[in-house]
Amino acid sequence: MASVTMTVNGKSVTADVDPRTLLAQFVREHLRLTGTHVGCDTSQCGACVVHVDGKAVKACTMLAVQADGCEVLTIEGLANGAELHPMQAAFREHHGLQCGYCTPGMIMTAVDMVNRLGSDLDEATIRHELEGNICRCTGYHNIVRAVETGAKAMTEGGARQAAE
Amino acid sequence: MHAFEYHRPSNVRQAAALLQKNEDAKIVAGGHTLLPTMKQRLAAPSALVDLGAMGELRGIEKKGRAVVIGAMSTHADVATSDVVAEAIPGLAKLAELIGDPAVRHRGTIGGSIANNDPAADYPAACIGLGATIITNKRKIVAEEFFTGMFDTALDEGEIITKVSFPIPAKAAYAKFRNPASRYALAGVFVSKRGSDIRVAVTGAGSDGVFRWSEAEEALAKRFAPKSLDGMSPPASGMNTDIHADAEYRAHLVGVMARRAVAAATGR
Ligand SMILES: Cc1cc2nc3c(=O)[nH]c(=O)nc-3n(C[C@H](O)[C@H](O)[C@H](O)COP(=O)(O)OP(=O)(O)OC[C@H]3O[C@@H](n4cnc5c(N)ncnc54)[C@H](O)[C@@H]3O)c2cc1C
Ligand code: FES
Ligand code: FES
Repeated sequence: MASVTMTVNGKSVTADVDPRTLLAQFVREHLRLTGTHVGCDTSQCGACVVHVDGKAVKACTMLAVQADGCEVLTIEGLANGAELHPMQAAFREHHGLQCGYCTPGMIMTAVDMVNRLGSDLDEATIRHELEGNICRCTGYHNIVRAVETGAKAMTEGGARQAAE
Repeated sequence: MHAFEYHRPSNVRQAAALLQKNEDAKIVAGGHTLLPTMKQRLAAPSALVDLGAMGELRGIEKKGRAVVIGAMSTHADVATSDVVAEAIPGLAKLAELIGDPAVRHRGTIGGSIANNDPAADYPAACIGLGATIITNKRKIVAEEFFTGMFDTALDEGEIITKVSFPIPAKAAYAKFRNPASRYALAGVFVSKRGSDIRVAVTGAGSDGVFRWSEAEEALAKRFAPKSLDGMSPPASGMNTDIHADAEYRAHLVGVMARRAVAAATGR
């Protein structure tokens, strides 16, 4: 067993884990944060995307012990209490999901995209940036629209916060 | 995945000692090749020695006429580095074409080179720029480092610490991606540094990355896409698999080489 300590959605957690525990497994089975999904378990589909130290990673292809000392953000950490994060709200507004299996990973990837590239994203950029996220249902069209809207809303929210 | 012991040393010397002590230990860098292999039980190391905690293996700097990149620099680090963008933009572009954003946040240059996947991108840059691979023991020139599919000159337990890329006058990479895996079906890195002209091909050859000498000779006369008109390497040395047969790969190499020269010369 190995001891790990990390911050998950702002809370410090410490646990003893078998070193082969994947980060995805750790958040789902040890922390019961089951919003992070495992679709392929082979680093192809992006259902498991979380942020580690502010960067989108596939949690099925990282060991929990490799996240020791890191800040981890999962889909559960995005909303502000009952108020959805602007990217989540945009997915709801544009119906950017059908079964919802890919959605947590899509949203975490989309937020990372805005963090890196800013909020003025054209369709081609969004489609290209989503290439590590697979959706079996929607055909992507509404996901792309949701990301476009969510990205804009993220800066508006930021601007509002700054003005307050 | 089989069970293993996990170590996270804080410097290269400790890592080397751990690797020497544990015979079946393996280095883990980004884990984006090794962990999938362990899940499939194609690898079952007794211990993992994680290089993730070593700041000394990260960082990108210009040193004289070379860009030196720490082994633990991620593909995203290289793709977004101002130093790389200014000195060797073709190399930043290559890193940007690897996998997807999440893969680029974890995968490292050291891991990619140590793995020497025949469809990986960095081996083409190393040979195409005449890089030197620096380990905890020695310096190895790229041509001697890559010794065949998934095979390198690294000894058991030897650790890549840095890669040094001489700055070329002109260079570019063109890649035809496998649309599913995003690895190279054919990728060609070209460069010109004085009279040293290089055309390195990945993804296509049946024994991994190679220099395409006929193309280099043609470009030595004139470094322009036209010099390669109608040329492609012999199909006999190319790989055939479900994604593409040898003839098609040979054809793609010619097309990618012309595109790379066009990009390098700003045409
Ligand atoms: C979905 C997906 C898409 C990908 N697409 C591409 C692509 O388009 N092009 C491409 O080139 N690659 C691609 N890759 C591979 C990716 O670039 C890997 O990150 C890379 O091949 C291995 O780097 P790593 O840091 O993850 O190494 P690891 O998986 O940690 O290690 C790989 C091997 O190298 C050894 N090793 C690692 N670091 C060192 C070191 N410093 N010294 C000595 N040995 C070391 C390890 O022991 C292991 O045997 C893809 C991977 C995935 C999962
Ligand atoms: S479950 Fe991690 S990428 Fe599919
Ligand atoms: S909504 Fe079902 S997989 Fe995307």
